[in-house]
Amino acid sequence: MMTTFKSFKFLIALAITLTAIPFNSLAKESNSEAEEQFNPTDMIMHHIGDAHGWHFLGSGDNSYTLPLPVILYTEDGVVSFMSSEFHHDIEGEVVVEKDGKRFVNYHETIYQLNAGEEKLSFGEDHYPNNATAPTDLSITKNVAAMFLTVIVMLIFFFSLARHHKKSDKAPKGLNNALEALVLFVRDDIAIPNIGKKKYMKFMPFLLTVFFFIWITNLLGLLPGAANVTGNISVTVALGLFTLILILINGNKDYWAHIFWMPGVPVPVKILLAPIELIGLFIKPIALMIRLFANITAGHIIILSLLGLIFILENVGVAGISVPFALFIMVLELLVAFLQAFIFTMLSALFIGVAVEEHEHH
Amino acid sequence: MDLIKPDFGLFVWQTVVTLILIFLLAKFAWRPILDSIKKREDSINDALDAAEKARLEMQNLKANNEKLLKEAREERDKMLKEAHSIKERMINEASTEAELKASKMISAAQEAIAQEKQAALNEIKQQVAELSIEIAEKVVKKELNSQENHMQLVDNMLADVKLN
Repeated sequence: MMTTFKSFKFLIALAITLTAIPFNSLAKESNSEAEEQFNPTDMIMHHIGDAHGWHFLGSGDNSYTLPLPVILYTEDGVVSFMSSEFHHDIEGEVVVEKDGKRFVNYHETIYQLNAGEEKLSFGEDHYPNNATAPTDLSITKNVAAMFLTVIVMLIFFFSLARHHKKSDKAPKGLNNALEALVLFVRDDIAIPNIGKKKYMKFMPFLLTVFFFIWITNLLGLLPGAANVTGNISVTVALGLFTLILILINGNKDYWAHIFWMPGVPVPVKILLAPIELIGLFIKPIALMIRLFANITAGHIIILSLLGLIFILENVGVAGISVPFALFIMVLELLVAFLQAFIFTMLSALFIGVAVEEHEHH
Repeated sequence: MDLIKPDFGLFVWQTVVTLILIFLLAKFAWRPILDSIKKREDSINDALDAAEKARLEMQNLKANNEKLLKEAREERDKMLKEAHSIKERMINEASTEAELKASKMISAAQEAIAQEKQAALNEIKQQVAELSIEIAEKVVKKELNSQENHMQLVDNMLADVKLN
């Protein structure tokens, strides 16, 4: 305890000392013309947003980027090429020609230039006015990261399943940890919320969603990783699964409670019906926004803290930013599990309410 | 605004990937894992139940043994008591019998003694009578000369006899 406190004091002292050294003047003189003004919003949006290539290091032509396939569903069929053909350009300047069609990448949206156009031009509203965006089914950075999670999950759980096919004894090592988590989902999420009679039907969904979110969250914390669960499209898809399960499995009692609440006077029934109906959709929407906002917020905080170093153009700020970012990072490890737990738990709760057998009085 | 605007492509991929993942894991991982865990839990529960049953049986057995032991002890005590009473009775019987026999023997002896005594008295009486007759003969032979003497003699002798 004492040592941590001492080292923390040391870090602060170091930070103050470093701040005093005029690094900033040095930096400004050497490359005041070459460097563009640092824009923290662009940096953060670039990190938490999706992209057509998986960017690791560097900028411009010197960046190290894993090229990913771009798959476009145009009016004349599917067109695909590698993202590297844009040469890291996201300003819509590099034109890729495929099957007689021209494509540009403008801020990670792929536009198809109208026939005959050579260059992207913009209208009054700063939107491209000579191009249309085709349906983009590219394997983007997030999709690739999603595949990575899928591979990790398949390896983990096929290994656990292999063990279980061989013996009924408790497994060892990683398999044991995974089994403990499977049991956690079953005993602390599914059974208490859905009930012993019906939980088995929803176990595949709950387990898959729980581990998908958790592993994706953890992988998302790695440097250079994608922000999959912090993307609204991903959480919308996950939330819709919960909604569809509720809609399919809701029993007569559940619908009666929504449209014609028993045990209350008729005017209240009429008043409650629209509220309950909206509630039906609010529940999964809350799930979507909660997961998206929590994960994205965590990434934004870490990036903002680190961005401070570049905004203030002072390396001394790192003495404060880095410990804080590290603290948030550790917190994010907890949040990664917590959000997976909450999403699964609330899904189980909503499903449980929908399938609950009511005793008729 | 890009941040909160769902992207159709990513949405489609997420849906497809999740569906495939659920299907694959459900078929090849979740079912076997959950089934096997259930089987293990059942077997653990069965083992615990069996242990509990065995414990109860042991307890029953022990109680039974104790009961048997207690019964045996009671039986022994009862037998000992019986034996004791039989012994007492036998001793009592034996002593009464002995007493009876002894008294019988005594009375028989007394009777025999009485008979013997009677017989001896009778013999003595006979001998006395014979002796008296002999004496009387001798006296008669000597004193037969006078009537008077004769009578006197008889009287004397009778008197003597009475004295005896």
